[in-house]
Amino acid sequence: MTRILIPNGALGLGFDKAALARGVARKPDLIAVDGGSTDSGPHYLGTGTSKYSRGSVKTEWKELIEARAQAAVPLVIGTAGTCGADSAVDWLVDITREIAAERGERLKLAVLKSGQDGAAMAEALAAGRITPLSPARDISAELLMSCSNIVALAGAEQIQAALATGADIVIAGRTTDTAIISALPLANGCHPGGAWHGAKIGECGALATTNPNSGTILIEFDAEGFVITPMAEHTRATPYTVSAHMLYENSDPYVLYEPGGYLDVTRATYTSLDDRRVRVTGSEWVPSDRYTVKLEGARRAGFQTVSLALVREPRYVENIRAWCDDIVAKCTEQARACVGEGFSLELRIIGADATLGPLDSKARIGSEVGVLGIVTGETEAISGEVAKILNPYLLHHPLTEQEPMPTFAFPFSPTEMSRGAIHEFCLNHVLELDGPMDAFRLSTIEIGA
Amino acid sequence: MIPLADIVTKVRSKNAGPFWLTIDIFCGTPEVFRRVCKALSSERVAAVLRTDAANLKRFEIADLNVLKFSMPRPFVQGTRLDRDMHGASFANLLAETEVD
Repeated sequence: MTRILIPNGALGLGFDKAALARGVARKPDLIAVDGGSTDSGPHYLGTGTSKYSRGSVKTEWKELIEARAQAAVPLVIGTAGTCGADSAVDWLVDITREIAAERGERLKLAVLKSGQDGAAMAEALAAGRITPLSPARDISAELLMSCSNIVALAGAEQIQAALATGADIVIAGRTTDTAIISALPLANGCHPGGAWHGAKIGECGALATTNPNSGTILIEFDAEGFVITPMAEHTRATPYTVSAHMLYENSDPYVLYEPGGYLDVTRATYTSLDDRRVRVTGSEWVPSDRYTVKLEGARRAGFQTVSLALVREPRYVENIRAWCDDIVAKCTEQARACVGEGFSLELRIIGADATLGPLDSKARIGSEVGVLGIVTGETEAISGEVAKILNPYLLHHPLTEQEPMPTFAFPFSPTEMSRGAIHEFCLNHVLELDGPMDAFRLSTIEIGA
Repeated sequence: MIPLADIVTKVRSKNAGPFWLTIDIFCGTPEVFRRVCKALSSERVAAVLRTDAANLKRFEIADLNVLKFSMPRPFVQGTRLDRDMHGASFANLLAETEVD
């Protein structure tokens, strides 16, 4: 049997401290926590930075390092610093050094890096080792070279290699959400289907229970499957909450692709052991012929400046779309004369269909609307310049020429807010490897007193 | 005809990676599940989401009384024309769809 304690769905989200303490008392073999995902968009991978504040990450990470010391077992984090780029791994290693120094604790760290070199990826593409996933996107050597960060998603093998160093703490770059949980049960010979399925159920912490915000759960893996036990009081796992979790953010609720194969839960059975624990058996792991790892890449897609105006005048609210269309036409023409073609201008009507756009055929307008001006330019100077050209239109543009000059509400001065560089995800591909460690770099360091 | 939201327990939508969107309709009971599966053909859902039915993956999960649809996102997550980073609001389009 292998017990994995999962404090929460992601470092930075918070957890119930009593639940974590209860989990430590259950003598886990390993504590595993996820450090990120692509969920929050391309900015983080594009810039190699963390979504969560350094302060909140440090506070929680310190609590987990204390829990690790009590349990005297390895602590593993995957996808460090939201995106798992090398710079985000370094960021968490720095935080870990500070904590070790403050605690006066000597720690052995294993650091697993997932970052990929654009030129090496271009060679892999030429060698036919990079293949598209659905929906397929065309890529080129040029695109790969233009990415600010490319990461490969490590699987169980790479985490096992990091654990084999005997490290107290493993800080991993991009990994699959599940690999940090499945690695040890698989190494210990637990049921492979059960190991991956339990890891998938556990990767969001208590999301597969009746109290998603409580965070901490314990998963016990064995030769046939796994048992999930919530660590918070008044929190239950039921066959429904556990099986329904396979739906969550999965495009296919039965199949999950991982490096080296896929998990199929079509024949899994979910049984209540009592009123809070669920046992799962019958999950299948199907090994693949090729060993592939998924790639994620992000690159810069221009610079953005946004403005917000509020419109309360009833006649303008009623005719807001015509007003916006007229502004876009006139402002675009004026801006082209100044800065050329290298920009796009969009006005989204908040309070009408800003969320869904043309899909929202039932959109209704209330007593006021917000008009969000979005200028995307090839350079920061162009986006800022066009947003300033937009400013007087949002402030004073009349619906007709035959009326006194109207004025609309600006909530801020200046109205223009620079969003800096924007990024886009540009890879939906897998990379074939001869050996699991080929695209990854593992090192160990001793830190602290 | 009645809005889907009035007969089911919950409709939720979420991104499934940067390139996919998934919508889960929790029907609550086998009766509602059967009714919803019948009322919401893939063609009907594709029309609401303005995509091609061939782009939709459909899962009828009787054990959970859940009807699930997945499709490539209309715009890749976080690109200039994407409006909803986590794909949270697509659920509302289906929830407001009138069903028999």
